[in-house]
Amino acid sequence: MSDMDEMEDGSGIVKKFMFLNRKAPHGTVYALEGLEVVLITAAFDQDVSMVFTDDGVYQLMKGIDSKGIEVKDFSKTYRALEGYDIEKLYVDQASMDARGLTEDDLIVDVTVLAVDEMANLMAEQDVVISF
Amino acid sequence: MPMVNIAGKEVEVDEEGYLVDLSQWNEDIAKYMAVEEKVELTDSHWEVVNFLREYYAEYQIAPAVRVLTKAIGKKLGPEKGNNKYLYELFPYGPAKQACKIAGLPKPTGCI
Repeated sequence: MSDMDEMEDGSGIVKKFMFLNRKAPHGTVYALEGLEVVLITAAFDQDVSMVFTDDGVYQLMKGIDSKGIEVKDFSKTYRALEGYDIEKLYVDQASMDARGLTEDDLIVDVTVLAVDEMANLMAEQDVVISF
Repeated sequence: MPMVNIAGKEVEVDEEGYLVDLSQWNEDIAKYMAVEEKVELTDSHWEVVNFLREYYAEYQIAPAVRVLTKAIGKKLGPEKGNNKYLYELFPYGPAKQACKIAGLPKPTGCI
């Protein structure tokens, strides 16, 4: 069984990691810290997906200007994810609708999922980490 | 954090010697950092340093070495986008050393 061979040195095990982003980009450190964890995880060749729901959808908004609150605008960094081979980005349809947002308002290409589709995707994961 | 005097200007660096305020960066600072890293800057080094500055301006992060290598390959061709070429230029790690010279923070995910 190939799993056994992989277990021997602990490498080559690929798990499905989902990072769930639920908070607005600024005001707390969750969004930025979550993004950094994702970038680090990418180095370990895992199956990574990111989900944006509730106020987390604001993290992906185009045209963020954080100068007035004197913090770094890291929204452009989401566009670097592709270079890190993180291409599975999902947003929650209801969260988008509630905030009057469409895919055109977002800085990256995403897949919009209805709540039942999101539930199925979550059920498939080995690890779900919420920020 | 420590202050260093570079070409008559006081600049702040972190405990590992990375520039704290990216906007202060200039060629004198790059040359100072290169001496600290024992790297003799050639046009090939500058090409990578300038590439990193452009990458940072676009994405607001310093790329991990794997990502840097791939991105350089895309922009400057496969003969430059490989570990051998980049490690010859920056023997102690292209992301780490070139980022320092470019005035960027230490790459995210650099352990």
